[in-house]
Amino acid sequence: MKLSATGRENFYFYIFIMPWLIGFIVFALYPILASLYYSFTEYDIISTPKFVGLANYKELFQDELFYKSIWVTVKYTMISVPLTLLLSLIFAMLINQKIPAQGFFRTAMYFPSMVSGVSMSLLWFWIFNPQIGFFNYILSWFGIQPQLWFLDEKLALWALIIMSFWGMGGGMLIFLAALQGVPASLLEAARLDGAGRWSTFRNVTFPMISPIFLFQLIMAIIESFQVFTPAYVMTQGGPNYSTRFYVFHLYESAFKNFRLGYASAMAWLLLIAVLIITYIIMKTSNRYVYYEGGKES
Amino acid sequence: MTQKITLGRSIAFLILVVCTAAMISPVIFMISTALKTKSEMMLFPPTWIPQTFQWKNFTELFTNDEIKFGILYQNSVIIAFFTVIGTVLSSACVAYGFSRYHGKGRNLMFMLMISTMMLPYPAIMIPQFLLFSKLEWMDSFLPLIVPAFFGSAYQIFLLRQFFNTLPNELYDSGKIDGCSEFRMFWNLALPLSGPALATVAIFSFVWSWNDLLGPVLYLSSQEKFTLPIGMAAMISSKFRIAPWNLLMCAAIMAVLPVVALFAIAQKRFTEGIVLTGIK
Repeated sequence: MKLSATGRENFYFYIFIMPWLIGFIVFALYPILASLYYSFTEYDIISTPKFVGLANYKELFQDELFYKSIWVTVKYTMISVPLTLLLSLIFAMLINQKIPAQGFFRTAMYFPSMVSGVSMSLLWFWIFNPQIGFFNYILSWFGIQPQLWFLDEKLALWALIIMSFWGMGGGMLIFLAALQGVPASLLEAARLDGAGRWSTFRNVTFPMISPIFLFQLIMAIIESFQVFTPAYVMTQGGPNYSTRFYVFHLYESAFKNFRLGYASAMAWLLLIAVLIITYIIMKTSNRYVYYEGGKES
Repeated sequence: MTQKITLGRSIAFLILVVCTAAMISPVIFMISTALKTKSEMMLFPPTWIPQTFQWKNFTELFTNDEIKFGILYQNSVIIAFFTVIGTVLSSACVAYGFSRYHGKGRNLMFMLMISTMMLPYPAIMIPQFLLFSKLEWMDSFLPLIVPAFFGSAYQIFLLRQFFNTLPNELYDSGKIDGCSEFRMFWNLALPLSGPALATVAIFSFVWSWNDLLGPVLYLSSQEKFTLPIGMAAMISSKFRIAPWNLLMCAAIMAVLPVVALFAIAQKRFTEGIVLTGIK
């Protein structure tokens, strides 16, 4: 085969990216479009999908559980994401001080993050046991009465939020690496200019790590919109729907109630929500995100 | 110690000691519960150190006919193994394409690839489910393994960053030696990427090992269950409810391979977390 230089370049480019391109079309593009189509149908897996127009969307906006699941997810996201990010940044900064046993602290703080997924849910279900749980035991040191946690609709979501703080190790490692990448010369210059700790952080350190902060923030929000494991393993969305996360509601609608059209409408709204949130964060980030070598999009 | 001990540092140190203890205590509680007898496990206040170490809890976990922990483990290993192979091979191939060739539409393709990182799986899982059920792949490992062979956006991005650091002279020398394009990838670029590939392998392993939603959708018979779905079944009412000490044994056994990977390849492991977190 004789190809021109550009022809060769194109040919090999597409040969090498072919696996991803096929995967993208089959496992991403097609499902996105198909779920848009299904969202306009009534579909129970067994019979053929029946076109019903906007009926699913209309029904969604009258469904109390749908609103509940949005509220649960938004509340969880708004509390868990900023606090987890803040905690991981604070601990990264503490460990980044010239203190003894730095390596030990880094490993010890990261270690809990390895207990993730279902293992994490099992452990915390046990820790929050109302009768003999470890958490109530610790609270008793401070004279706080034992709580029902996952049996109490006011506390169940808070228990999951507390659990989420425990997984801050990954973020902490990322911030730690970012902090170590801040040039010492900049910090030295700030010190010589007589900048205090807070002003150094505000004007030098944070701007330098802000692109990473932004990326962490976006990914944490997207991840938090998709919380499923704790609801599936521990609470089944209860008590009284207080932990009925959006994706859990979507999953139950599709695979328990076999309302695939309805669930597809939810899937599309999730996609749109992620797009909008990402867009808003990117737009408003110009104010605090600093990119070395000019602005990036 | 030659370092100057300042007040700030001492406070930082103290805060870290307290917080580390708080972070680690659930792990200690997990291990200690796993080694307690059923009666000791129900004590309140809980004991920190078991009165007698019940190592046989672990053997019971594996020999219990209802839990079938050995089978869960085996299934998880099989799926993770093929997921890792698939992800590493396909992601390396695609990343190489993105890094080395300036094909038409490269920027658009790259943008599309990056944006799939943000694509929530639940948003696309219903059509995927219908697709796999049409292929009659239900209750098999195929829906969990096959997509891995089409690359993962994160890993492609990570490997592309690595391939970008390889010097052009490498390929020039390959050309002089008459290497084909594919051989340059396989015999020149790949052997130099060991550390980056290891990072990708670790991450796809951990991801596959912890995945719950995929197995929940595609696996229905208990013989096919992976660890996450099997462990979820252990506390649900579907099966006889397993006692907490065995559940903690299960959690420890499920976490062990991840901890082992961390211990063996701490540098790669940390690097992977950091690289996937920085764009």
